[in-house]
Amino acid sequence: MEKAPRSARGGSRPGAGRPRGESSKVIRLPVSLVPAVQSLLAAPAGARVPDPHATSLKRPLFGHKVKAGFPSPADDFVEAWLDLNEHLVEHRDATFFLQASGDSMIGAGIQEGNLLVVDRSLEARHGDIVIAVIDGELTVKRLEKRRGRIRLIAENPAYAPIELQDGQELTIWGVVTSVIQRIKR
Amino acid sequence: MTFALIDGNNFYVSCEQVFNPALEGKPVVVLSNNDGCVVARSAEVKALGVKMGAPWFQMKDLARKHGILAYSSNYALYADMSNRMMRVLETYSPQQEIYSIDECFLGFDGFPAGELAAIGERIRRQVKQWVGLPVCVGIGATKTLAKLANHCAKKGRAGADGVCDFGRMRPAELDALFARIAVNEVWGVGRRLTEKLAARGIASVRDLRDADAVSLGEMFSVVLQRTVMELRGVSCLELEELAPAKKQIISSRAFGTYVYTLSELEEAVSTYIARAAEKLRRQHSVAGALQVYIRTNPFKPEHPQYQRGLSFALPAPSGDTRTLTRAALWGLKRLFKPGYAYQKAGVMLMDLRDAGVLQGQLFDAAPPDRPALMQVIDRANAQWGRGTLKLASEGMAKPWQMRRERVSPGYTTRWEDLLRVN
Repeated sequence: MEKAPRSARGGSRPGAGRPRGESSKVIRLPVSLVPAVQSLLAAPAGARVPDPHATSLKRPLFGHKVKAGFPSPADDFVEAWLDLNEHLVEHRDATFFLQASGDSMIGAGIQEGNLLVVDRSLEARHGDIVIAVIDGELTVKRLEKRRGRIRLIAENPAYAPIELQDGQELTIWGVVTSVIQRIKR
Repeated sequence: MTFALIDGNNFYVSCEQVFNPALEGKPVVVLSNNDGCVVARSAEVKALGVKMGAPWFQMKDLARKHGILAYSSNYALYADMSNRMMRVLETYSPQQEIYSIDECFLGFDGFPAGELAAIGERIRRQVKQWVGLPVCVGIGATKTLAKLANHCAKKGRAGADGVCDFGRMRPAELDALFARIAVNEVWGVGRRLTEKLAARGIASVRDLRDADAVSLGEMFSVVLQRTVMELRGVSCLELEELAPAKKQIISSRAFGTYVYTLSELEEAVSTYIARAAEKLRRQHSVAGALQVYIRTNPFKPEHPQYQRGLSFALPAPSGDTRTLTRAALWGLKRLFKPGYAYQKAGVMLMDLRDAGVLQGQLFDAAPPDRPALMQVIDRANAQWGRGTLKLASEGMAKPWQMRRERVSPGYTTRWEDLLRVN
């Protein structure tokens, strides 16, 4: 079929009209995700998209700026990737994250809202900061084991040490191995 | 051959107790979808005579009287705890078959026979300490025996606390034990079969073990014949380390409230298709046929009743949510009748086959699948949460969605839900 002669006026505008080829579908998504989704969609077919199941956060041992045209002399010296999970979590299946509340452990650097990395696989020793269960309540305190006596010590003079009363049972839920404080809100 | 079966005690309840130690020693139940039935019971609830599957609304009085605490199913929490438990168990053997969310088989070949019970003890201690969950360990020469040993361990029937190793028992001891256990405790022997076996004078495990396997096989099934052999210590079932790909995928839910309109049903069916299609793609399959069904509440006979399903083949096998949704909604339109209070809808993907062997079509009736787009959707949803990217046909508000009024926080899966300690 012959094409109609072009009119002097009007004409096509880029992006106008229905998209051709494959039919499309409108998808609704939260506005905050638009850039991320657009970048995913921009990936060519068969491209590797970042694996959402990846748990580790890799940081190069030392970074460098790429100068166009010249390979970095440091490239040959990158030896390892630092993984924060590897650094903070020794036993993945036994490690749980809890959140500190209150100020009873302020002397140990544990503040309200801090993230506690708790490893259940460790045997609690004298002096460890532990998550303990007393009367069904969880608490974070320093464990004191002296002459067969066990006490839970707060790191704040405003709180008295917790001594076990008769009939009370204390279970160690886990040992706190790290405290994470986010300083940029 | 030697197998171990490790099974979590009251698994869902135990998961809740890890993060809420005050629940220990209390009567606790976990409820199914829509807070309908009891799917897990603490020992205290079992002692009250509450049966598995008991409808919660019938238990309200009992619950008030005994202070029974009820939780909605927190699947995210249970799945995370299950993964932790399975990975710990995996370290005990090169062969593991994960049988369900709370149980797995381990191959124990090559371990010194005298040490197996001690290994079982170690497993119990480690899972309890690392993950906080109590488990029982059953050890036997076949999978069926390991499962039975696990039952004995759980009920304290073989003496040892939490670990039962049939391999350590003398034949006379086993005889006496098997004579005391009802035949319905055997793996694969259900209620119906139990009745039929009873009619033939087979009431105990020992009766079944000593019955004529071949004639039972002819009368009932090869499966039962194998069970008899397994009870005698002849291993017929191997460990299935890779879960076989599912033959069909079902996604169905009862609604939180009654649904009357086609548009609400369309949202529900779209949502179920999206979930089923995601599972379909995870096992690298495509579906060649589809079923949609809707029904009213059969337990309200005073309401007008309607129940219908429609199964049909797709023009071409597909793994694309858009194609499957279009097909399902087409079917739903044909099923729907106004004027009923619908209580449940469901979809089933059938005729599943390997996505790799897709055939081209002579006439392109439907637009082709776009695996790359589906991959983007699946990954976005995996990374930012289910439903982040979805077809608009799923709807936004979903007022029909299931009730989970008593669900505990996502202690291990949501940053904002972490357990707080002071």
